[in-house]
This record gives sequence, structure tokens and C-alpha cells, in this order.
Amino acid sequence: MDIMEKLRILSDAAKYDAACTSSGVDKRAGRGGMGSAMAAGCCHSFAADGRCISLLKVLLTNVCIFDCAYCVNRCSHDTERAAFTPRELADLTMQFYRRNYIEGLFLSSGVAGSPDVTCERMIETLRILREEYRFTGYIHAKAIPGADQALIARLGMLADRMSVNIELPSAASLAKLAPDKTKRAILAPMGYIQRRIAESSHDLVRYRHAPHFAPAGQSTQMIIGASPEPDYQILQLSEGLYRRYGLKRVFFSAYVPVTANPLLPAVDTPPPLWREHRLYQADWLLRFYGFSAQELLDEAHPDFHPYVDPKCSWALRNAANFPLEVNRAAYEELLRVPGIGVKSAIRIVRARRAAALTWDALARIGVVLKRARYFLLCRGRRYPGLVSDRDAFLLAMMSPREQHLYRSQESGTRQLSLFDGNEPQLTALQREAIRCLPMIL
Amino acid sequence: MSAHDLVTYRYDGSWEGLLCCVFESYTAHELPEAILGPEAPETSLFGSKTIVTDVGNAARVEVSLPRKLGHEAAELVRLTFFTCLPEKELWMLRFLRLGYQYGPQLLQFAGNETVYRLQKAVQHLLSEAHLLKGFIRFSVQNNVLVTTIGPKNCVLPFLAGHFKARFPEEHWLIYDAAHHMALAYRPYETAILPLESFSAAPPDEEEARFRALWCQFYDTIEIRSRHNERCRMTLMPKRYWKYMTEFTRDFAVPDANPQLPAT
Repeated sequence: MDIMEKLRILSDAAKYDAACTSSGVDKRAGRGGMGSAMAAGCCHSFAADGRCISLLKVLLTNVCIFDCAYCVNRCSHDTERAAFTPRELADLTMQFYRRNYIEGLFLSSGVAGSPDVTCERMIETLRILREEYRFTGYIHAKAIPGADQALIARLGMLADRMSVNIELPSAASLAKLAPDKTKRAILAPMGYIQRRIAESSHDLVRYRHAPHFAPAGQSTQMIIGASPEPDYQILQLSEGLYRRYGLKRVFFSAYVPVTANPLLPAVDTPPPLWREHRLYQADWLLRFYGFSAQELLDEAHPDFHPYVDPKCSWALRNAANFPLEVNRAAYEELLRVPGIGVKSAIRIVRARRAAALTWDALARIGVVLKRARYFLLCRGRRYPGLVSDRDAFLLAMMSPREQHLYRSQESGTRQLSLFDGNEPQLTALQREAIRCLPMIL
Repeated sequence: MSAHDLVTYRYDGSWEGLLCCVFESYTAHELPEAILGPEAPETSLFGSKTIVTDVGNAARVEVSLPRKLGHEAAELVRLTFFTCLPEKELWMLRFLRLGYQYGPQLLQFAGNETVYRLQKAVQHLLSEAHLLKGFIRFSVQNNVLVTTIGPKNCVLPFLAGHFKARFPEEHWLIYDAAHHMALAYRPYETAILPLESFSAAPPDEEEARFRALWCQFYDTIEIRSRHNERCRMTLMPKRYWKYMTEFTRDFAVPDANPQLPAT
């Protein structure tokens, strides 16, 4: 089989992994080497589905002894199989990198033979790149659950970022859909990687040349919509992972049905992209805006609102906190105002030292006044000409896409009941429309 | 000084030349209506002054920048020079006048039109440079990496450090077709040179093979059920596609031994 065929099969098998980031580390090539990385990451292209292409995302092989129901590569699935040799993949990576097609390599693999054998082949690929070709670009390696700790340790010394996929948001779903993987088998390497990263950063303080273990940290991914967990549970779990394992990112991947299985959604179910979008919005709120999962959702409201994003929903439920005087409110309070992001909050705090801010100045700073004007006072005054008409207010809380959704699904007489906390009852058809909305727009 | 004076400055298009315009504006107590580079056509009905670049005067202004405006504001003006902001010279002059009057705090004038224009323009410049760090596609030609770009801003100086850190042992050339300049590198020196035109040779067999492999990867990695044309265009505007391998799809290798026409 030639390289072209292998690349087709093995990138096709890897594409459902959401992570393609190249962020978290700054470095440059030494003399005689090739490759650098920037902390902000760098996108080299965008696929026709709008996802960033930063790394050459492939499997070393899609041969797998496991039989996870949601996975295209499970052993019971009838599909083409292929495997790169470590040398072939290292050469391809270097040639792509040299032409600036990619920022580095994202290497994962099906479990061929045993977890240890698979892990050794991945290590050999990275060894060729790092030691023979002196490649200093970005490498993201997947830890294979069940592999020996010494091998995970070696992989971590060669890669910039490590990840272990948690796959499904609960132990029950894992037992049902991935019988070969247990919660323990997944969390053990995650905990080990975390300890090594902590040790390595501790050593680096003392010895400048101490070896780096996965300097760009570790991440994980879970599949959304293959199992019945509500958003509340997923968000709680992500928050726990950030806290306990110091993860850089938790990725969500909307489940794309790949086969008929009574335990899984039907094959023609569109991927729950809207839900994935809401989870990412909430994920940002956890990481950069000082929110906790408990504030955004609770048992009484286990799912995100279809029309209004998580931050607006929070503000609406906590209307008593507003309006805020923009010239006096603390940075942490400003961050919680819909229409103000991290950048504009920083700019507000800086700019108001020079002079009290006006509405005009806020617009220039980059505040989205369409939303923020309902929650702010500027020099003690409300936004001029602000109509507190309920419909206008609700529309202001929605993006054009959400408005489109709202208009097409709510009849003129029925109104959204956001204030009393009741989620609108959606018909099956409406749910369907929400799901596939991102694809028709 | 609120109104403009009925005078136009014409300078040689260099940074030093622009600093001399600033010098002239202060010594003559006037705010010109326009500052024109050497390429601008002669249109003014009113008096046009040709500002001769004087290294001494330029140096006096240059030294004063960080001292009076602070490093951050001085850097902002310096970067604005590379942007595609319409009438950038005039906006820069206005900014400097504000800066000499108020000092470093002028950056905090959130409502000020002039400060806003400069900040926006520089943001545009730096983000375009960042995008191009990813979107540039090199072709290997006689073991030299070559590429063409068509940016709106003059981004070449902002790409040099990045590619130098990445490919220290390679020879490479980035041609800016919009500004007719090239960034050239050989170990371990970089140069920016004027270049009227440049076009890469057609690919050889190896080059064509990797282009085809890249396009294979690009096509395969899309998840069809998530197809989203608009999202792709927002993140990667179409004006960049013109020079990207995955869109040009140019793998044709010219015949190595062309058949001579039968005589």
C-alpha cells in the first residue's frame, strides 16, 4: 500500500478527535535543527467543516483489539486497515513541516497487539523525529490506556502535550459502550502524567536544564451525545478534571454516528453541534471568567438554554446583581456582564484610570453594547433611550443565529419564559431543528 | 490647533522622511491637510511643500518619541508605519501631537478617534502577520523554500523572526506581491529587498507528490456531517486562498523531455 492510501485511511480514522491545538509552549530551533512553537498556537488551515488544522492528525495504525461501540476503528467494524512504519510517518511529518503545511504532529493509535507494543511504536516515531531529524516542532501524543508507566514516561519526555481521552462522561456509559476500558485505566495515566508534569516544573526551578515532561500540559476529550448524561453532569465533570488533574483543556466532541447499534443514537442522527457549542461557551466561563459549574447549571436546570448563551442565562437569573456602574465595578464583576469579555474588561480597568468612561468610549473599547447596555450604568446613568421592552431585551440577548432559531420556532403570541426559570418545552421537531441549525446556516 | 492649514506635505516615503514632516509641522506651526508619499499623484490645488529628509532632524524627533510618549505609544506609532491605514501619515502626525501634549497616558484615551484608528490599524497588521505564519505554503525549489503572499499590510518584517526560529538551516524566500518586496534568508542572515516580480517554477516530481499528499489530508480531515462553509471563510478569508496549496491544486509536473514537434 502506498503512502497516499495510508494517509487517506489513517487521517480518516483520526479525524473524530477534537483536539488540534498547538498551544502552550514557546520554543525555537537550535542550530542544525528545525521547528519552533508559539504559546498562542497557530492554525495552518481550516477544513471545510470550519475546524482548525494545526497538526498532522493521524493514527499510527487503525488496527485495534478493543471493541468500543462509538469508535470507527473498533475491531468488530468492517473497515480498511493500514499502518505507517515509524520511519514513513516521521518522513512525512518533516516534509509537511518544511513546507509550512503543519505546526507539528498529533499522534494517536489503535491498540495493535498490546498497549505496550503500540506505545513502543509511537515512541520510536517520536524518537526518529526528535533525535535523528532534530525536530523541535509541536508534538501531541496520546497515552494508550493500559500501557506501562515507563513507556508513558518516555512518551512524555518526547512530546509537548499528552492526552488521555476520558471518552464518555460517566463510568456507567463507559462500562456499557467501551467494555475494554475502565474509569481506572483512564484516570491512572492521567494522574501519573499530572505528577510528572508537576515534578518537572518543580525541578526546572532548581536546575535550568532539567528535562521537560510534556511542557504544554495535558488535555482530554469526551464524546457528547453518545450517552444520556445531561449538560450539568458533563460540566461538573470537566470542572473536577480541571481542578484535580490540572488539565489545560477538556475537549468536547459531538458524536457522529458511525454504525447502527441499539445502545447508540440512530445512524441518521445529526451530531449535536449546538450542544457542543454551549458546552464550549461554558468551558470558557469556567476557565477565564471565574464561574463555577454550580452557578451555571444545577439539578433543577440540568441543560443549557437553546436560545440564550450560558453567561446571559446566568445574568438573567441573577438580575438583582445589576446594573453595575462601569466606572467603579471590580474587574471580576465586569467579567460577568454579558457583552464584556476578558479583553474589554482589562481595557475598561486601564482606561478608566485616565478618565471616567462614556458609552461612546465603551463601544470603542470593544464592549458589545447591544447586550451590555442593559446591565451597566455609565457615570450613574442608564444607556440613553434604552427601552426596557421585554421582547427587545430578549432579542438583544441572542445572537443573529439564535434569533433566527427563536423566530422560526416561537409563535408570535407565545413568549420565552426566562425569568421564572422554566425552560421552554420543545417538540421533537424543534429539537431536531436546533441540532442541525449550524449546518443549514 | 484644530483646523487644518491649506498646505500639503510631500515626503520620500521613508520613516525618517515622515519624522521630518513632524518636525516641519512643529517648526512651521501648521497642520498639513495631507501628507503624500512619492507615488501619490499631484492633485493639490493649494501650496505643496516638499519635505527634504534631514537625518539630523529625524534623529531629534526619533529620540523624543520614547521620552515623551513612553515606549508603548512610541512602538504603536512605529508599527502604524507598516499598516495599510488610509492616510496613515496624517493620523500618525495627529497621534504624535496628542502624545507630545499629554504624554504616555494618551493610550488610555479610549474615546479618542486618533488613538482608536492607530490601535485598530496595528491590530490588523499584527493579526494578518499571525495568520500568514500559518497560511504560508512553501514550495521546495532547488532546495530553497519559496512562496508568494499578497497581504494588505506590510507584514514581512513581522514574519522574519518567526521563520528564522523555525527554519534556521534552510534557505527561504517570501515574496510580497502586493508591496513588491521579498524577505530572503540564508543561514544565518535575513534581508528585505525590493523585487519587482517573482514566480516560482513549476513543481518537480517530489514537490508535486507532497502537494498531492497534503490535499489528500486536507480533504480527508473534514467531517462531512459538520460541513460549515461560512465558518471556514470567517476564520480563513478567501483572499488568502489564492496562494494556498490546498486551493490551487497545482500538481502538474511539466514533461521533463518535451517531444520536439515533428519537422
